[in-house]
Amino acid sequence: MPIESTDTGQPTIRVVLAKLGLDGHDRGIKVVARILRDAGMEVIYLGLRQTTASIVAAAEEEDADAIGLSMHNAGHLALAPSMLAALDDADLDIPLIIGGIIPEADIPVLEDAGVAAILGPGAPAEEVVAAVRGAVAARA
Amino acid sequence: MSDDKQARPSKSDWQREYDATRLRDVPFETMSGVPVDPVYGDAPLPGQYPFTRGLHAAGYRSRLWTMRMFAGFGTAEDTNARFKEILRNGGMGLSTAFDMPTLMGFDSDSPWALGEVGRAGVAVDTLRDMEDLYADINLGTVSTSMTINGPAAALLAMYIAVGEQGGVAKADLAGTIQNDILKEYQAQKEYIYPPRPSMRIVTDMIRYTSAEMPKWHPVSISGYHIREAGSTAAQELAFTLANGFAYVEAALAEGQDVDQFGRRLSFFFNAHSDFFEEIGKFRAARRIWARWMKERYGATDERAMMCRFHTQTAGVSLTAQQPENNIARVAIQALSAALGGTQSLHTDSFDEALALPTEKAARIALRTQQVVAHETGVTNVADPLGGAPYVEWMTDEMERQAEAVFAHLDELGNGSILEGVYAGIDNGYFVGEIADAAYRFEREINNDQRIIVGVNEFTDGNEDDETNLLRIDHSVEELQRKRLEAVKQERDSAAVEASLAAIRTAAADPTVNLMPPIIDAVKTYATEEEISNAMRDVFGTYVEQAIV
Repeated sequence: MPIESTDTGQPTIRVVLAKLGLDGHDRGIKVVARILRDAGMEVIYLGLRQTTASIVAAAEEEDADAIGLSMHNAGHLALAPSMLAALDDADLDIPLIIGGIIPEADIPVLEDAGVAAILGPGAPAEEVVAAVRGAVAARA
Repeated sequence: MSDDKQARPSKSDWQREYDATRLRDVPFETMSGVPVDPVYGDAPLPGQYPFTRGLHAAGYRSRLWTMRMFAGFGTAEDTNARFKEILRNGGMGLSTAFDMPTLMGFDSDSPWALGEVGRAGVAVDTLRDMEDLYADINLGTVSTSMTINGPAAALLAMYIAVGEQGGVAKADLAGTIQNDILKEYQAQKEYIYPPRPSMRIVTDMIRYTSAEMPKWHPVSISGYHIREAGSTAAQELAFTLANGFAYVEAALAEGQDVDQFGRRLSFFFNAHSDFFEEIGKFRAARRIWARWMKERYGATDERAMMCRFHTQTAGVSLTAQQPENNIARVAIQALSAALGGTQSLHTDSFDEALALPTEKAARIALRTQQVVAHETGVTNVADPLGGAPYVEWMTDEMERQAEAVFAHLDELGNGSILEGVYAGIDNGYFVGEIADAAYRFEREINNDQRIIVGVNEFTDGNEDDETNLLRIDHSVEELQRKRLEAVKQERDSAAVEASLAAIRTAAADPTVNLMPPIIDAVKTYATEEEISNAMRDVFGTYVEQAIV
C-alpha cells in the first residue's frame, strides 16, 4: 500500500534497530539508522551482540513501533523465528523488518514466518523508509 | 650497517640484485614477441628503499603473487574438501574462514551460537576439528592463513599441535594468523577482551613466533575490514598503518628487537573499484611503512622496513543485482592489486553478495586472477605504472592524507601512536569516521551522483537472476554439537581443568608468555570457549558503545 511520505500531524515512528547474535557487520544498519532518522523517525540503535530478550526489553521501554534487525551471516532462518517468538511471548504486536544478505529463496520463508518486510543489499533509501512506514501502518 | 648502505641506491645496485635473482622460466616479452625490460625509470627502483615501486628487484619475474583463496564453511570435513579442491586447481596457499562463534571465542553449543554454526565459515571447537580441517594436507609444504583475531592464540596453538601430529615442527610451519585486534574495535567488531589485555596477547604471540616460528607471520595488519565497513581508501591506509605503528610501539615497549619482529609483520589491504586510487594506496603503503620503520622506530634491516601485503578484492563492491557483473569488478580490482605489487591475492566470488560462494563461483574467481597473472603481461615489468604523473600524484596524495591522520593520532596520544590509537578507540574517532564515510557513499548512490551498474542504473536484467547458491544444511549445527559432545566425553577432564588453571595464572602475570600454556591446553582438547573463558576471567570482556 502506498504511504505518503509527508506524514504531517502523524506521531513520529519509533524504530528499534539492533544486531541480534554474534554477527558484527554493522555498516548497513548504521546507514539505515541515519536514513530513517533523516526521514523523521526516532531511531534507537542498540548496537551489537543483542539477544531477543534485550531487544524485547528495549522495544517495550522505548514504546517502539517497529524493530529492524540486520543479518549478514546466513543465520536469519534461525534468528528471525526466535525473534518473532520472543515478541509473541511478550505480547508485543509490532512489525519485524529484516535487512541484509537474504537469498531470494528465503524471502517467502521469512514472510510466512511473520517477518513484515525484508530489505536486500543496495535497497535505496526510499525503499527502506517505505518498508518501515508500510509495516507500521499495516499494524495500526 | 655501513655507510654505503645508507647512500642513495643506484641503478647498478638494482642490476646486481636483479642478476642475483632466480627468474621464472617464461619469456619476458609481449604476446607479439617484443622483449621488455624488467623495470623502467631511475632509482629508487623496485627492491630499493623506500620500496614505493615494490619490494623485490625482479617484481613478479621471480615469483608470482600467491593465489590464496579464502574458504571455510560447515564442518571441518566440508572445508577440508574445499581446500583440496583449491589446491588441485592451482591455488598456492590456504586461507581459513572461521564461523562467528569460533571468531568470538564461543563453542558450537553456546547459546550465542544459535543459527551461526558453520554458516559464515568453518566451526572449530577443539583440536579435533583442526585435525579434520587440515587432514591429508602437508603443512610442511603449504602455507596457511587463518583469519581469526580475538581467540587467535588458541587457533595458532591448535595449528602447531596439528603440525606436530603430522611430523612438521613448528619452526617449519609457514603462514599467517590475522591477529590484528586493533581493527576489531574500529571496524570488524570481533573482539573478546578490552584493548590493552588484547594487545598483551598479540605481543606475546609476536615474541613467541619471532623466537620459535621463523616462517610465521604473527599479525596481518588489516585495512580490509576498515574499508569494508565504509572507510575511504586514504582512511584504510592511514588507520591500518597507524595500527601497525601501534603494534611496533607495543613490542618495542617490552624490549623486543624491531629488526627481528619487524620482518614478520605483514599487511592486508582491500582492492576496491577506483583503479588508480587503489594503486596509489598500495604504493604509498610501502613508502610510508619503510620511512616510519626506519626513521621513527630505528629499524636498520631493510627487511624490517618492507610492507608485505595480502590483498582481497572488495566484497562490499559486489552487487546482489545481476551478480555475474561482479566477475568484471573482481577482474579490475585484481588487476589493481597486481599493478600495486601485492604478495598474495584473494579474488571474491561473484555470488558473495548473496551467500558463501559455490565451488564453481570460487573457481571462476581463482581463474580470474590466473588470467591477470598469465595472460595480461603485467607481470613482466615491475611497477609498470611507476613514473606516470597521475599515479605518482595519487601515491603522494594518499601519503599526504595518511600523514594527516598520523599527526592527529600522535597528538591524541601525546607523542605515542599506540596511545593515540587507544584514545581513538575509546572516543569513537575510528567508528565515527568510518560511519560518516559509509553514509556519504550511500547518499551519493541514492542521489544518483554515483552510478553502480545494476543498482541505480542499467537495471534491466535484475529480474531474471537465478543464481545457484551454496546452502549450508541446518543439520551442520546439530552435527557439530554432537562432535563436540563426543570430544568432551573422551578427554581427560582433570587435565583440561589443570591446563585452564595454568592459563588463568599466566594471564594474571604480564611477564609470562601466554602461548605455552595455551598450547598445552589445546592438546588436552580443551575447547576454544574454555580457553577464552579462562582469559575472560582475568581480562574481562569488551562491550562497544552503540554509536550511529
